[in-house]
Amino acid sequence: MDYSGYIISDEQKDIQQMVRDFADKQVMPRAAEFDVKGELDWESYNKACEMGLLCPDIPEEFGGSGMDAMTCAIIREELMRGDAGFGLTLGTNGLGIKPILLAGNPAQKQMAADTILSDKPGRDPRWPEKRFGFAAFALTEPDAGSDAGACRTTAEKVGNEYVINGRKCFITNACYADIFTVIASVDRSLGYKGLTMFLVDAHAPGVSIGKHEDKMGIRQSATCDIIFDDVHIPEENLIGEVGKGFNIAMKTLEQGRAAIGSSCCGIMRAAFELAVKYAQERTSMGKPIYKNQGILYKLADMQIAIETTRQIGLYVAALVDAKDPKASIMGPIAKCYGSDALQKVVTEAVQILGGYGYMRDYPAEKLMRDAKIFQIFEGTNEIQRMIIGNNGVRANKIS
Amino acid sequence: MNILVCAKQVPDTTEIRIDPVRHTLIRDGVPSILNPFDSYALEMALRIKDACKGKVVVLSMGPAQAKNMLMECLSVGADKAYLCSDRVFGGSDTLATSFILSNAAKTVEKLEGPFDLILCGKQAIDGDTAQVGPEIAEHLDYPQVTYAVEITAGEDSVVVKRETDTGYEKIRVKTPCLVTATKPSFDLRFPTLKGKLNARKAEIPVLTNAEINLDTNLTGLKGSPTKVKSTFTPPVKEGGTIIKEESDQASAAKAARMLSEAHII
Repeated sequence: MDYSGYIISDEQKDIQQMVRDFADKQVMPRAAEFDVKGELDWESYNKACEMGLLCPDIPEEFGGSGMDAMTCAIIREELMRGDAGFGLTLGTNGLGIKPILLAGNPAQKQMAADTILSDKPGRDPRWPEKRFGFAAFALTEPDAGSDAGACRTTAEKVGNEYVINGRKCFITNACYADIFTVIASVDRSLGYKGLTMFLVDAHAPGVSIGKHEDKMGIRQSATCDIIFDDVHIPEENLIGEVGKGFNIAMKTLEQGRAAIGSSCCGIMRAAFELAVKYAQERTSMGKPIYKNQGILYKLADMQIAIETTRQIGLYVAALVDAKDPKASIMGPIAKCYGSDALQKVVTEAVQILGGYGYMRDYPAEKLMRDAKIFQIFEGTNEIQRMIIGNNGVRANKIS
Repeated sequence: MNILVCAKQVPDTTEIRIDPVRHTLIRDGVPSILNPFDSYALEMALRIKDACKGKVVVLSMGPAQAKNMLMECLSVGADKAYLCSDRVFGGSDTLATSFILSNAAKTVEKLEGPFDLILCGKQAIDGDTAQVGPEIAEHLDYPQVTYAVEITAGEDSVVVKRETDTGYEKIRVKTPCLVTATKPSFDLRFPTLKGKLNARKAEIPVLTNAEINLDTNLTGLKGSPTKVKSTFTPPVKEGGTIIKEESDQASAAKAARMLSEAHII
């Protein structure tokens, strides 16, 4: 099959330029301030939502923009270049409603779209500046990260309701969320086969949100625990079928990975732009430092990393758009490759800026802090390598 | 309230260079942008539309490539855009330009219905004359208010807050009228994803002299009494000296000493 589609179209270039401009003028100049505060830049966030950058993949029939995975990846790269925590806050809503878009019924999809795209100000007393809707995907637990099968959260059927009990942790956007998609076990003795996906109203009695975690990077993004204590939800809030939760979760993460390569690429570009500017301005021993091969080669390797990561990322997105099952093989490769390359690029940016790179007054060290999480979340790179390795063995099995 | 915004495509002066010999702008490779003051006018129009409905139509005069700038106007929320473009309009000075634009506005009104308000930027950043807006008002015999920073729409009037050398004035003016915008406290909004996609598909009608039907002795070079003898770049001002001592007396003493040392006093 031909995927020449990952050379981007004129229309996509136009959207790319629009988001780049937004990142330059609105997000980047404020990023350092909100990184220090560890708060979301609500003004920029609301503007991004007004522009239609919140869940642009919601299908048009539900009131969304119906953008394909390629275009979403392009948008994500530009937002992440602006600020990784900011881009993740926007993007994670997409992960939050993805299980519904993948496996929900039309009423659930409409409800999710209406919740996300509603821009009524002041409807959430906890966050006076919040306007648009938030969704969070609640998978990880204190004892169940990449090993989702160890999930301890339970959903017990009582009459025409489910009663949810348990605790989720490290949930992005949990504190802002209007809705959660929660994976819970209907019968823990069944292991993976008992896992089921539910749509839970974040304001339902029995739901409480834990503390806002103080993180090393992506500090505009909020990460919290969610505690479910006898939370009653109607049985209509079951997403897909009982026992299919694990499959839905894996599919959700697989599609999420379509944007991870592009996310890494965005941060790398921010790092490269800093480094290539500094290397021309800074002189040492009578010449700009880029004229030293040691620095020039670093600048070259950074670009190699950026371009290759972008191509893998867009390739995964093109596979997702083509509904090609190879997306599940390439997703983990893009995630590992992009996030590993990202570490090198941000480290080299700090190195090129020297002492200034290490100072908090300059933006390079922030990029290094932002970068690390990409090797950890959405399945650690170690887990991804288990998947990649096993895929390779399975495809080349000797009898 | 229906609003017509007049907009011009100009070279991005943040990237401009001057030819040192001919003293003219080097336009090669310089990106074109929507004139910043016109972008403020557009934002004011869109804010009125947000507050009390109506429609916003953008009109420009220029070569075919000005369509890109008009597409930008559509992507932020303008409802329709027209481009006035004809060889017989080329080389117009401000008098001929305002003559053409005021008549083009009447042509657009036949298609879009009457406008309550015509909004222009106070001046374009390439010519800096600040004449075209006021001249359009004169051609149309409309009341005009210049240097607006805020406009509030009423029933059959608008209240304009205008900047003066000493502060602000608030003027109520009956519609239809023309207002020129200076830099307000806000910028033009960002485009939307849907707006961007729709703008790409939008049809931007081109008005030639066949549609506007003007005496060509009054347009273009023939209709332009302004003759440019030469243009030059004003010398760059050198940075001044700021005197800020602990007391006013000390500052005054230092200023006197410096002036005396420079043999000025």
